[in-house]
Amino acid sequence: MEAGIVSYGAYVPRYRITPAEIGRVWGIDGAGMGNNLNVLRKSVPSPDEDTITISTEALRLALARGGIDPQTIGALYVGSESHPYAVKPTATVVAQAVGATPFLTAADFEFACKAGTAAIQTCLGLVGAGMIRYGVAIGSDTSQGAPGDALEYSASAGGAAFVLGREHVIAQVHHTLSYTTDTPDFWRREGQRYPSHGGRFTGEPAYFRHVTECAQKIMEVAGTEAKSYAHVVFHQPNGKFPQRVGKTLGFSEAQMRYGLVTPYIGNTYSGAALIGLANVLDHAGPNERILVVGYGSGAGSDAFDLVTTDELVTFPRTIGRPVQQFLDRGQEIPYSIYAKFRGKIHMGEN
Amino acid sequence: MSIARFWRETPQRYNLGGSKCSDCSIVYFPPRSVCPNCSSHRRSIGRMVPFQLSGDGEVFSYTVVHEAAEGFDMQVPYVLALVKTVEGPLLTGQIVDVEADEVRIGLPVRAMFRKLREEGKAGVIHYGYKFAPREEDRAPAEPRGQRDASRAATPEGRRGPTTA
Repeated sequence: MEAGIVSYGAYVPRYRITPAEIGRVWGIDGAGMGNNLNVLRKSVPSPDEDTITISTEALRLALARGGIDPQTIGALYVGSESHPYAVKPTATVVAQAVGATPFLTAADFEFACKAGTAAIQTCLGLVGAGMIRYGVAIGSDTSQGAPGDALEYSASAGGAAFVLGREHVIAQVHHTLSYTTDTPDFWRREGQRYPSHGGRFTGEPAYFRHVTECAQKIMEVAGTEAKSYAHVVFHQPNGKFPQRVGKTLGFSEAQMRYGLVTPYIGNTYSGAALIGLANVLDHAGPNERILVVGYGSGAGSDAFDLVTTDELVTFPRTIGRPVQQFLDRGQEIPYSIYAKFRGKIHMGEN
Repeated sequence: MSIARFWRETPQRYNLGGSKCSDCSIVYFPPRSVCPNCSSHRRSIGRMVPFQLSGDGEVFSYTVVHEAAEGFDMQVPYVLALVKTVEGPLLTGQIVDVEADEVRIGLPVRAMFRKLREEGKAGVIHYGYKFAPREEDRAPAEPRGQRDASRAATPEGRRGPTTA
C-alpha cells in the first residue's frame, strides 16, 4: 500500500477531574477505582466544547503541520459516538471551519470507539485508488457515563485528526485489517442520554477477544511478531486493558509507553487509540514499525501495521501542542463544576 | 438570530474571513467592500480582496461578565475582550480556558473554534471564534511523569472496568 499518514494533530480539553473526586460524591473508594482502572484523571470539556469543536482544533493543527491547502482535501470523515446532532453531519461543520468546502465528500462515522480508525481505512481506500489527493479521518468524542456508573470514572473528551495521502508520507500503512462480530457489550439506544453496558461482559468476549484476534491476524499477514515493533497502540477504555492485552501478545512496557495516554486524560472513546498514535508519532524516529489496534463495542477491531519514513525527520512536530502537553497539563475541577459543565444538573424546562 | 443570518456570517465566524485593500494594504474585519482609508473611496471598489486573519493577537482591553447574556449562564463569570489581532483589526470575543483573574492587557491569545450558542435543546447550534491564552505563554502546571501510570496498575478489582 502506497498510502499513509501525511500529517496529524490532537486536541484535549483543558479541564480534569480525578476518580477520587468522583468517588467522594457517590460514597465509594474513587481512588481505589482509579487504581483498578489505571486512570489518574480524565479530561472534561468546557460547556462550549463538543465533538465538532474538538475535531476542528485537531484538524487545524494537522493542516498547519502538514502545510496542507484545505482545498486539496477530497474526503473528510468524523468518527464519534457523541455527534452533537442526531441528524446533521459533524463533518460539514468541520470541513467549513477549516476551509475545505465545497468540493469534497464528507460524512459522519459511528462504531463506538473505533469510528475513527474505520474512517482512516476508508480514506486509505480512496487515496490508494487515486480518487482523492488527501483524505481526513478524525476520531473525537465527548462521551458520558451515567452519574455513579463505572463509566463515569473514565469517560472523557478529546480527539485526533489524521491526513492520509501518498505524498510526503510520514508513516506508511503497510497493512490494515479488521475483525468484526455481533457482540452486544456496550450500546446506547436512540434518544437515550447515557450508554448501557454488559459490565464484565465487556472484557473477555468483547475487548480482549477482538483486539487479540485482530492483532494476531495482522502480524500473521504482515509476517511480523511482537518484537518487530518499536511502538504499539491499543484501544484504551481504561489504563489496564491495553496493558493486559499487550502483555498477552508479548509486548513490553517500553513498546506500549507512548501509546498509552488514557491514564492521564481518561477514555476519549473514538479519540483514544488515535491520540495514542499521535503521541507515538510525536516521539518516534524514522523507520520505526508501529502496530495500532483499535476497538469499538458492538463489536470490532481495526488493526494497522505502519512504518515511519525519513519524512518524519523534517516534519514540523513542534508546531502547536504536542500530546505530552495535554497529558501533563490541565485544570482540575471539583464534581460540582463537572456536573454543571456536563449538563448533569436539571435546570428546569425552557 | 435567524438561521439565515447566522449562516450568511459563517465565513467570518468560522474562519475570521476579512478583506484587505489592495491599494493601502489595510485589513478589515468584518470584510468591507470599500476602503474608508483611501482618499478616493471609489478607487478601492472592486480592489478589496478576501483576507483570512491568522487568529493570533493580544488582549487590548477586557471586562469580566457576571450577569450572563442568554445562553452563557454556565460560564459565569466569563471574560469578554477586545483583541488586537496581529493583522490590525480589533475583535470582540470571549476569552476561554482561563480564570478571570489571570487575564491582563497584553496577554497573547489565539483564536479557538467554540460553540457560541444553541437555539434551545432542539434548535441549531452556532459555532464561531473565541480566544484562549497561547499555551506556550502559560505557566506550566505541575508535571506528571509517565511512570505514575504503571505504578497505579493493580490487580483487577471487583467492579469490572468497561469498554466502549
